[in-house]
Amino acid sequence: MTRFKLLLAQIGVGLVLLALWHLVTNYPIFGTVKNAQFFFSTPGDVMLRVVREFASGEIWRHLWITLQETVLAFVFGAGGGILMGFLFARRELLAAVFDPYIKAANALPRVVLAPIFALWFGLGIWSKVALGFTLVFFIVFFNVYQGVREVSPTVLANARMLGMNERQLLRHVYWPAALTWMFSSLHTSVGFALVGAVVGEYLGSSAGLGYKIQEAESVFDVTGVFAGMVILAVFVLVIDSIVTVIENRLLVWRPGPGGVGKS
Amino acid sequence: MADEPGGSAAVTLAGVAIAFPLAGGAIYQAVQGIDLAVRPGEFVAIVGPTGCGKSTLLNATAGLLQPSAGRVSIFGAPLSGLNGRSGYLFQADALMPWKTALDNVAVALEPQGVRRGEALERATQWLTRVGLKTFLGSYPHMLSGGQRKRVALAQVLIRNPEILLMDEPFGPLDAQTRQIMGNLLLNLWAQDRKAVLFVTHDLEEAIALSDRVVVMSAGPAATIIGDFRVGLDRPRDAAEIRLDPEFHRIHKEIWSSLRAEVQKAYAFGEAG
Ligand SMILES: Nc1ncnc2c1ncn2[C@@H]1O[C@H](COP(=O)(O)OP(=O)(O)OP(=O)(O)O)[C@@H](O)[C@H]1O
Ligand SMILES: [Mg+2]
Repeated sequence: MTRFKLLLAQIGVGLVLLALWHLVTNYPIFGTVKNAQFFFSTPGDVMLRVVREFASGEIWRHLWITLQETVLAFVFGAGGGILMGFLFARRELLAAVFDPYIKAANALPRVVLAPIFALWFGLGIWSKVALGFTLVFFIVFFNVYQGVREVSPTVLANARMLGMNERQLLRHVYWPAALTWMFSSLHTSVGFALVGAVVGEYLGSSAGLGYKIQEAESVFDVTGVFAGMVILAVFVLVIDSIVTVIENRLLVWRPGPGGVGKS
Repeated sequence: MADEPGGSAAVTLAGVAIAFPLAGGAIYQAVQGIDLAVRPGEFVAIVGPTGCGKSTLLNATAGLLQPSAGRVSIFGAPLSGLNGRSGYLFQADALMPWKTALDNVAVALEPQGVRRGEALERATQWLTRVGLKTFLGSYPHMLSGGQRKRVALAQVLIRNPEILLMDEPFGPLDAQTRQIMGNLLLNLWAQDRKAVLFVTHDLEEAIALSDRVVVMSAGPAATIIGDFRVGLDRPRDAAEIRLDPEFHRIHKEIWSSLRAEVQKAYAFGEAG
């Protein structure tokens, strides 16, 4: 399928879904129109609300807060994950001792931590950053740990035969290997940073996209909830495409799908 | 017995045996009773059936592997830890996939404390010498198998090691390219005759390139079953030398011996 046809198909699916939504909420197919609109709003209303949010400028403040939380959660989570992943991969004993604790901490559903973080860090952005951190940290940690431990033994032996000392091995072999794995999980970890921020806002705050959605829900404003979700979805797509650009920049050395080099 | 008079051999393996622990506590005796000496400036080829322990022997010589018995000496000194005086061209891909060809070669000079600017310059020269001038900025995955081997060769040679360990360096290449690479190697080697330990499964290639061909038996407990001097004149052309009558005589001699010895080893294995 060509790029153009693919794009057409993607847009087509969206239009069909919107049309269905419009039909169901504007014609008495399932129960009364009033009822259907209460539960599902209508595509027109939702779009109108989105436009009004941007027109009034009100939404920018919330987007900015959520973006800040996402970026901070990602930076701290990835930084901590790289550091600890590296340390544990190079110090077997440390990894063995801490293994059950890491596993336990990772298995914990993070939502239960949100109120505690709110208690510790207040209702501002830092409690959301903390929540996002707990999500991002483990993804990056496990990936870097894996990456450093699974460096090709031949590449490693070769580097050592070239006379590299521990510091040079770190710089030329372990570090790039770890970064590769970190970047391969970049989409997931950035996504989780955003999830942490939005869930945190949803559970208790006074700003951000999560807060907007929660505020609309509390008064059964379905249009407002859907509008918030649409804005969130676009926000996610934008961030994800930025990540893709960064990824392509940093991983030029990797073979693309089918062994063909990336541009 | 493998010690050269005065202990001046570049590489000496004396009574070397190497065993690998297997799952379930068993032990696999890969090689046993290996006695081999490579003099400075000598080009020695090792041939033997697949899995006999050729790579294992090179690993032991490189100091990557500890023999379970016997002694490895480098220029008369017992080897402990990595063998810093040798360069090792691995059988498998060993380039850093995240570095360009140029960086892969230049980084080999960093441990010697060469400035980066100078390292890049010398790496460019070496890559030119192995015919990869237009591929300086290519990452390993963009290169063909033969091109990767040439980058690896430049990476090893740029450090100017006193001993060269080469494990089937032309393994994945077609016959034509093998001969071109063989000539390239001979030309580079002729400039400052290093001691070379060259592993191959191609007997013709072994004879065409080397001063001596060492034949190993099949494993387990593989050992050296033949050691043949190649008296062909140098400089040689790796392709044309194969037409030399002397080449055929040596090939026949080694091959008949190799076959007889393998059959003997096989019969012994049956009886034991
Ligand atoms: N780490 C290991 N653990 C267990 N057995 C090993 C290990 N490394 C090598 N062996 C065994 O030792 C023997 C010799 O292996 P080696 O790689 O040296 O063979 P080779 O002569 O280089 O073969 P090829 O020509 O196919 O490269 C093989 O039977 C192999 O299975
Ligand atoms: Mg091998």
